Amino acid sequence: MAKRSIIPFGPQHPVLPEPIHLDLVLEDEVVVEAIPNIGFVHRGLEKLVETRDFKQYVYVAERVCGICSFGHGLGYCESVEHVMHIDVPKRARYLRTLWMELSRIHSHLLWLGLLADALGFEALFMQSWRLREKVLDIFDNTTGGRIIFSVNQIGGVLKDIDASMLKEIDTILYDMETDLKPIMDTFLEDMLVNSRLRGLGVLSKEQAYLAGAVGPMARASGIDYDSRETGYAAYADLNFGPITATEGDCYARCKVRLAEILQSFEILHELISKIPGGDINVPVKGNPNGECFIRIEQPRGEAIYYTKGNGTKYLDRFRLRTPTTSNIPPMLDLLKGCQLGDVPLLILTIDPCISCTER
Amino acid sequence: MDRLKKSPWMLHYDASSCNGCDIEVLACTMPRFDLERFGIINTGNPFHADILLITGGVNHQSAQVVKQIYSQMPNPKVVVAVGICACSGGIFKDCYNIYGGVDTVIPVDVYVPGCAARPQSIIDGVLQAVELLEKKKEEAHHE
Repeated sequence: MAKRSIIPFGPQHPVLPEPIHLDLVLEDEVVVEAIPNIGFVHRGLEKLVETRDFKQYVYVAERVCGICSFGHGLGYCESVEHVMHIDVPKRARYLRTLWMELSRIHSHLLWLGLLADALGFEALFMQSWRLREKVLDIFDNTTGGRIIFSVNQIGGVLKDIDASMLKEIDTILYDMETDLKPIMDTFLEDMLVNSRLRGLGVLSKEQAYLAGAVGPMARASGIDYDSRETGYAAYADLNFGPITATEGDCYARCKVRLAEILQSFEILHELISKIPGGDINVPVKGNPNGECFIRIEQPRGEAIYYTKGNGTKYLDRFRLRTPTTSNIPPMLDLLKGCQLGDVPLLILTIDPCISCTER
Repeated sequence: MDRLKKSPWMLHYDASSCNGCDIEVLACTMPRFDLERFGIINTGNPFHADILLITGGVNHQSAQVVKQIYSQMPNPKVVVAVGICACSGGIFKDCYNIYGGVDTVIPVDVYVPGCAARPQSIIDGVLQAVELLEKKKEEAHHE
């Protein structure tokens, strides 16, 4: 029998922008078990809901994570609005969808860059992030912030985008599509990238169901589910469907995310052509009393928000189930039986967001 | 700052931040902001690093890692606290699991405020750190 050894992986590791620790039990070069140890980014943010009033807490909710910042603000606002039965103006819903889809593009491009970096493909990493800067510029021009822009509020949004700006955004998006083409071709057709991604870390549809995978991870294994279809914000008015692949390997996960970027472009074009006029927010009176569950499709998968109000301005409870939390069990399944050299790549393909997971 | 004598390497560690400042630190090394034009490389190895960039308000578990990384870096070394959480705890100051600022654990030389800190201010902070590093080197030389 081969000798067993344990290799500590993380929390400070070149491939990880965020800290997570794994104890990898190895038999020669093969991983037989991976034992995760999390808690390096735990802040105890959900508890703050008891000391911040429900309008202030939007700013805390947005800082659950810097990458999916807008989505968390949206999820929190939507759940409080459900509790308080606030009818958000249609224009505000469209604007929220616009920022949400832009966030998805920026998050997926960020992930593609990190994947290229893990492969050692530095030029591709820089090209992906160069494209991502264009989205950040749109955020900067429309809201004043690059990544955390606090534009959500209970009852609508804080800032409007005028018609000329919307037209400009439309043009930028068409340019980005042209720029994305060569990057996409490299990811999907380059021989070196292919040889690293194809056939690695196959997650079957059954495994994905049983382990509870969500988001692009589940869709790459053939699960036909996208919680945007529940129709929050303005998604009910837009045409789109879940993008799936059947292979379930790292290549499929990359392919699904690339296709989702293209889909987001289409959604945005449709949204810009359809956006109605009117108010962008409604005044909020009273305090939340009641509870509500809501699902939001974050770039990384489905997130669930739970809020419970008691009639005062302080909420009783705010709870968040993030996509990475549910993607860690399937990741541990993938790690069993893989080579030590593939571990960073496998961890990366679930698109881990540790600060979401631990809050 | 006239001329850099050496190429200082930096190490980045996320001590319970929200990711916002982390991706801005990475964005700084991209061609658009290009921190690498000063000869600075983002390394993953504490033994190679001269400048330590820390984001986030430090919790009990990450404090041990921060101390360990700091002790592994060769002298002289400079610590830059990036983002308001790393400076004082920021919005998470009242959280039960946050120490509040990196300076509660290790000495900090440069503070870069902002939520999230913008790449321009991060670059400014790192350049101040580079100057400090040169100064510390000279002092060490005279002793």
